[in-house]
Amino acid sequence: MTPASMMKGPDSLARPGRLQAATAWRAGGALALLAAIAVFPLIFTNALVTTIAVDTLIFVAAAAAWNIFSGYSGYISLGHAVFFGCGAYTVGIGARDWQVNGTAVFALIPLAGLVAVAVAVPFGLVALRVRRHTFVVVTIAVFFIFQLMAFNFSFTGGTTGVAAPFLVWNPSTYNDPFYYLALAIGVATIGLSWLIRGSRFGLQLRAIRDDEDRARGLGVRTMRVKLAAFMISAFVTGLLGGLWFYFITQVLPQSGFDPAFDLSVALMAFLGGLGTVSGPVLGALVLVPAQQYLTEQFTNDYLSQIVLGTLFLGVILLLPRGVIPTGSEKITSWRARRTGQAAAGQDAAGQAAAVIGPDAAASGPAAAPPGEPGAAAGPAGKESAR
Amino acid sequence: MGRQIYEAVVDGVLVGGVYGLMAVGLTLIFGVLDIINIAQGILVILGAYLSYALSVHLHIDLFLGLLITVPAMFVIGVAIYWAFMRPLRGRERTSMSLLASYAVAIILEGILYWIFSPDYVQLNAWYVTASVRVFGFYLPYIYLFGFVLALVLVLVLYLILYRTRFGRSIRATMQDQTASRLIGIDVNRVAAVTFGIGVAVTAVGGMVYGATSGGFNPNSGYDLISRLLAIIILGGLGSIGGALAAAVFMITLESVVSIWSPNWAIVVFYAALVLVLTIRPSGLFGRREVRLQ
Repeated sequence: MTPASMMKGPDSLARPGRLQAATAWRAGGALALLAAIAVFPLIFTNALVTTIAVDTLIFVAAAAAWNIFSGYSGYISLGHAVFFGCGAYTVGIGARDWQVNGTAVFALIPLAGLVAVAVAVPFGLVALRVRRHTFVVVTIAVFFIFQLMAFNFSFTGGTTGVAAPFLVWNPSTYNDPFYYLALAIGVATIGLSWLIRGSRFGLQLRAIRDDEDRARGLGVRTMRVKLAAFMISAFVTGLLGGLWFYFITQVLPQSGFDPAFDLSVALMAFLGGLGTVSGPVLGALVLVPAQQYLTEQFTNDYLSQIVLGTLFLGVILLLPRGVIPTGSEKITSWRARRTGQAAAGQDAAGQAAAVIGPDAAASGPAAAPPGEPGAAAGPAGKESAR
Repeated sequence: MGRQIYEAVVDGVLVGGVYGLMAVGLTLIFGVLDIINIAQGILVILGAYLSYALSVHLHIDLFLGLLITVPAMFVIGVAIYWAFMRPLRGRERTSMSLLASYAVAIILEGILYWIFSPDYVQLNAWYVTASVRVFGFYLPYIYLFGFVLALVLVLVLYLILYRTRFGRSIRATMQDQTASRLIGIDVNRVAAVTFGIGVAVTAVGGMVYGATSGGFNPNSGYDLISRLLAIIILGGLGSIGGALAAAVFMITLESVVSIWSPNWAIVVFYAALVLVLTIRPSGLFGRREVRLQ
């Protein structure tokens, strides 16, 4: 029994057990969700449904990748479509110029990630010198430069873009390889995000988010750390761009370098909870199908746009910190209140517990000492926004 | 060649003045509220459509119509501030306000598409079609009128800011919100009115843009906001003179480069921004960013 749990009074004996159970539940839930997602295309074979599913998975991975940089470091990037578009164009131009056909095109996808990293280095060296609003605007400016270059250069095919080689696959299972590839990238990105969050690197990133000057004063090599996160994020986004290109079979300047991509990804992360591991994933899982549903539901495109914007505003005003942080805070405070009520009927030690209860809720379970089982196991979604 | 450059410079300065007015609105909002209003672009288009509706349906002259559209846009601005910006609190307020104003832009864009359809329209009047010989070449009157009006309005804004009591409270709020609150300035009211003023100038900007751009639709808002953002960053966020200078500089640069290649002109526009920021991260006239928090 740790000293901290002793301090918490009579209730403390139940606490580590409950935390362990919660972790087990969470892990079980994640596995069940993963299993459900894995068999999804076997059950729903409708091409329309699986197309939406592939889209959703691409955005799940993209939002998680965006979060690795923007969520952890606090630098809101609205230029990630640059990496997405570069990835798409890399695969497209590579397949066209080297006459790659069929499944061999998939071998070009890692190259898409590498090209995105090659773009991210100069982009990051320029953009990461400025902060906050200015950073956001610089990323937007770089984004426009890339879109305009895609329009104006001849090797990108100008306004007609690049088309993918034709895949002679059975139409009924056409989407499946894309689905599983997107799923694999998504799971790997979420795993990476989780690893980074618990690592020294992740801690350095969050120190930059909280106070960059102080972090530098404490010896964090801020530029190197920021750039590394930027490159990791770019690599995954580039891979996804390549995959997306082969899935859609065509890239145009305005679809590869799409401002809506930047904003959707940011919106997903904000909806779920910026800087949490599960938040952006949740955001993408909710938003992409919702967006598709709205477009289906309202034949009027504009009305669906208005509804989407209104939803967006509602989320920002009602859940300003995202679903995961707000939700987990609500749950912990509810638990603490219950604990407090149970203890209030008992002796003076119980009174003390009731006082400590809300306090513990405010700092979140992640603040528990590492000795407590469960606390170190999964910071995912447990930590409140900061 | 020299003549072409000369024409491009005159053209750039005249159009740049109007962009300057719109950028001043944006930078003023930033200075007081620490908010970048992404909806500014679509609000300009809304202003243009208001002028369009007034002139087509009620046959009100474009400049006369401003007497209606400017107050209307002011009210819309104050309403947006009260409904969506004021409730934002906390540490993520800055990025949340970016997203919230973007959401407002999406909604407005949808509404405009719905009402006016994506077809391009243009504002028309005698001074849009008729040209006058100035500086040795022909130019539609609207360029001159628009520039003069923008100049007058910037002057009026300057007088409000530097010669009135209310302007002083705006400047005080820009410098230090907490201290202003302490000496009895109603910061909320200042913020709401500033947002209103910042949005009201888009009525004028929209009218001139609608008449000079050769056609606009709701999608034009993206083009506008990306330019305006580049301009206010280049000028230094919150700097009014900087926004004006950067607007004239950038639009003139774009106009001159487009003699050789209209396609690459806009790339040069953004490349200039990136280049300047690598040398001077706070923009041309910006104050060095003080340590935050």
